[in-house]
Amino acid sequence: MSKALPANLEQIEVNLKKLTNQRTRSSLLGIAILILVFFSGTLVSLEANAGSFGRGIANFFNYPRDLFIDTFEMGWKYWPRVVKYIPELITTLNIALFSTSIGFVLAVIFAIFSSRNLIRNKRVIQFTKFFMDVTRSFPTLIIAMVFLYLMGKSSLPAVIAITIHTAGALGKLFTEAIENCDGKPIEGLSSVGATWTQKIRFSVLPQVLPLFLSYGILRLEINVRESTILGFVGAGGIGEMLAALIQWNYGADVLACMFLLVGTIIALDYLSAYWRHNLIGVNQ
Amino acid sequence: MSSSLAIERDNIRKLFPDTFNQARKSRIKGQIIFFLILIYLIIGFFTLDVVDIPKKWKPQNAAMFVLDTYAHKDHVTMKWENPDDIKIAFEGNYRSVYGRDNLDKSIPEWFYKNSDNIGNVIEFNNEGKAILYKDRVEIVNFPKYERDFTIKLNTNGKPYVVGSENLAKDDLKGFRITENRVEFRPTLHERVQVYPKKVEIHRYSIGWKYFWFDFSSPLEPYSFFEALGLTFSKERVVPEMSNLKLFLTEIKDNEAFMHGRVWWAMLETIVMAVLGTMFATVMALPLSFLAAYNVTPIKALRFTLRRLFDTLRGIDFLIWSLIFLRAFGPGPFTGIFAIGFTDTGTLGKLYSEAIENTEKKQQEGVQSTGASKFLQHRFGIIPQILPIFVSQSLYYLESNTRGAVIIGAMGAGGIGLQFLGALGTGNDFENVAYMAILVLAVVIFMDRLSAWLRRILIGTDQLIVR
Repeated sequence: MSKALPANLEQIEVNLKKLTNQRTRSSLLGIAILILVFFSGTLVSLEANAGSFGRGIANFFNYPRDLFIDTFEMGWKYWPRVVKYIPELITTLNIALFSTSIGFVLAVIFAIFSSRNLIRNKRVIQFTKFFMDVTRSFPTLIIAMVFLYLMGKSSLPAVIAITIHTAGALGKLFTEAIENCDGKPIEGLSSVGATWTQKIRFSVLPQVLPLFLSYGILRLEINVRESTILGFVGAGGIGEMLAALIQWNYGADVLACMFLLVGTIIALDYLSAYWRHNLIGVNQ
Repeated sequence: MSSSLAIERDNIRKLFPDTFNQARKSRIKGQIIFFLILIYLIIGFFTLDVVDIPKKWKPQNAAMFVLDTYAHKDHVTMKWENPDDIKIAFEGNYRSVYGRDNLDKSIPEWFYKNSDNIGNVIEFNNEGKAILYKDRVEIVNFPKYERDFTIKLNTNGKPYVVGSENLAKDDLKGFRITENRVEFRPTLHERVQVYPKKVEIHRYSIGWKYFWFDFSSPLEPYSFFEALGLTFSKERVVPEMSNLKLFLTEIKDNEAFMHGRVWWAMLETIVMAVLGTMFATVMALPLSFLAAYNVTPIKALRFTLRRLFDTLRGIDFLIWSLIFLRAFGPGPFTGIFAIGFTDTGTLGKLYSEAIENTEKKQQEGVQSTGASKFLQHRFGIIPQILPIFVSQSLYYLESNTRGAVIIGAMGAGGIGLQFLGALGTGNDFENVAYMAILVLAVVIFMDRLSAWLRRILIGTDQLIVR
C-alpha cells in the first residue's frame, strides 16, 4: 500500500512511526522507573519494618474489632461518653479556626508583597516568595514540637505552628490568584490617578476575595486535621485526649473520640464544599 | 463641577434605586461579617491564652536553644579537692575527654597548663581569660569590663566574689550570685560557674564540630576534604580497612550526628510518601472510573463508591495510622497504608470529578468509529484526564512527604521519630537543627521534583484541577 503513496506522504508515515516509537520508549522508561521505585521502596520497608507484612495484614482487623467489642459491651451507657468529649473537640476546632484566621490575614499581606503585578521591586518579591517557601515547607509538627519544648504544654504552640504554615501555604495560592487576575481594572484605576492602596482595594480585592475565601475555607478543613494531630504531641484538644485514651486502652472512649473526629471532618468536608460552591460556583 | 456631579449621581440613584440599595445591603452585610469575625478573634485571643505568650515565653530558654543549634561548647571542670586534675570534655560528655591517655587527642590550644603560681589559663574566643588556681579563680581581660575579678571560697566553703561589697551593681553585670554558686556569664558564649565543690567553665564556639567524624574517630584530625583526599592514597590510616571504607563507615557511624541512622530514617520517610502516593494512585484510578456517571450507569455502585471515598478521607490519616500501627508495628508499612488509604479517598474523589468533566465530543468521535466501550474510554477519556491525574498525584506527593514526617513522629518511625527523640534529650539541639534542616531540604526538593516532573510530563507546573 505504501508503494502507491507519493513520496511526501511516505515521509509523513516515517515521521509518525518515529514519533510513536519515541513515545512508546519514554512510556516504557517511565513505567520501568516506577517499577524500580516500587520494588526498592518495598525492600526498604521490609527491612525497616518491625513486624512482618503478612502478620500485619492478618492482624489488621484486630484493633478495630477490639474497639467495637468494648463499645457494644457498654450498651446505652455509651452515648454520654461521646458527649463528654465534645468540649475537647471544641478546643481543637477553636485552635484551627483562630490560627486559620490569623494565618489568612498574614497570607494576604505576604501575597500582596510577592505579586509581580503589584510590586515592582524584584528583591522584595524574591524574598517574600522564599520566606513563604520556608514557612510552608516545615511540617507543622516540627514547629509545634520546638515551641512545645520552649513554652511548656498548652495550645499556643499549635496556634503558632498552624498560623505559620497557613500563612505560607495560603500566601502561595493567593499570590497565584492575584497574579492571574485581570489587569484592566488596575489600569482603569491608574488612569484616574488612584493610589496604590486604592488600586488594591477597588480593583484587585473584589476580583480575588471570593477565591481567597474559598482557599481559606479549604485550609480551615485541613487545619482541623492538623490541630488534632498537634494535640497528639501535647497541644491539647481532642488529639491529646485520644492519645491518652489509647495509652490507657479505654477502647470505648477511643472509638467515641474517633467518631467525633470523623463526623466533624466529614461534616466540614460537605460544609466547605457547599460554601465554596456558593462563593465561586465550582466545587474545587 | 462637583455639585453638577452630585446632581447627576442623585438622578442615577433615582433611576436605579434597586441597584444602589443592593450595593448598600451587601456592604452592610460585609460589615456585620467583619465585626463578627473581629469578635471571634477577641474571644479566641482569650480562650486560647494568646495573652499568656509573654508569660510563657522564656527568652533565656529560647536563647539557649538557639545557641545550642549553631554552637558547640567545651567543658572545663576542676574539683577544689584535687585542683591538679582538670578535665576538658567536649559538650561535657565523659566519652569525649581531651588529653586522655588511651586517645591520641591533645589538649586544645586555648588551654595553657601551667605551674600553680601562674595558673591554668582558659582563653575564650573574645580574648577574655579565666585562670584557675588552687584556691581561687581569676577572670581577667574581658572586653567591656574595666576590672578583673577574683572568685574564692570563704571559710564556710561557699563561693564569693572578692571585694564585691565595694562594687556597684553595674560593675557586677554578668554575675549571678546565689548562696551556693557564683556564675559569670558576660555573653552567651562564655560561662564560668563556681560551686563549693568544683569550678565548671563552658567555652562556646560557633559551628558544628565533629559533624563528619566524631570525637574518637581516627579521621578526626582531618577535615572532610582532606579525608576525601586520603581515600585516594594507598597508605592506610588504620591497618584493618581501606581508607575509602574507613571514610564511609566513620561518617555513617558518627556518634554525634548519627548520619547513618538519620539518613536511613529520612529514606524510610520518603519511601512512606512515595509508595503511599503510588498505592493511592493505583487504587483510585479504577475506582474513580466506576464512580463517574459518564462511565458507570449503575447509580447504586456510584453512590457506594462516593461514600467510600468520603469515609476513607474522613477517617483522617491520624486514625488510619493508629490502626495500622497496631497491625504492622512501627515501620514504613504503617505510613504507606495510612497515606494510601486516606489519599485513595482524596484522589478518587478528584479523579472521578475530573472524569465527569471531560469533553464528550472526543468520546463520541471514538464511538463513531465503532469502537467498544473499553476503547472509547481508553481513547476518548484517558488522554483528556491523564494530565490531571499526573498533576494531582504529584501534588499530593509533596504534601505526603510532610504527612510522612508526622506519621513517623506518632510512632511509625522515620525522621519524625528521630526528631522527637533528639528534642526529648533536651541538649542535642544541634541534632534537632540538623534534622529540621534536612526535613526542610527534602520537602523543598520533593516540591521542586514534582513541579519539574509536571513540567516535563504535562507542560505546566501549575496544579490543574479541571
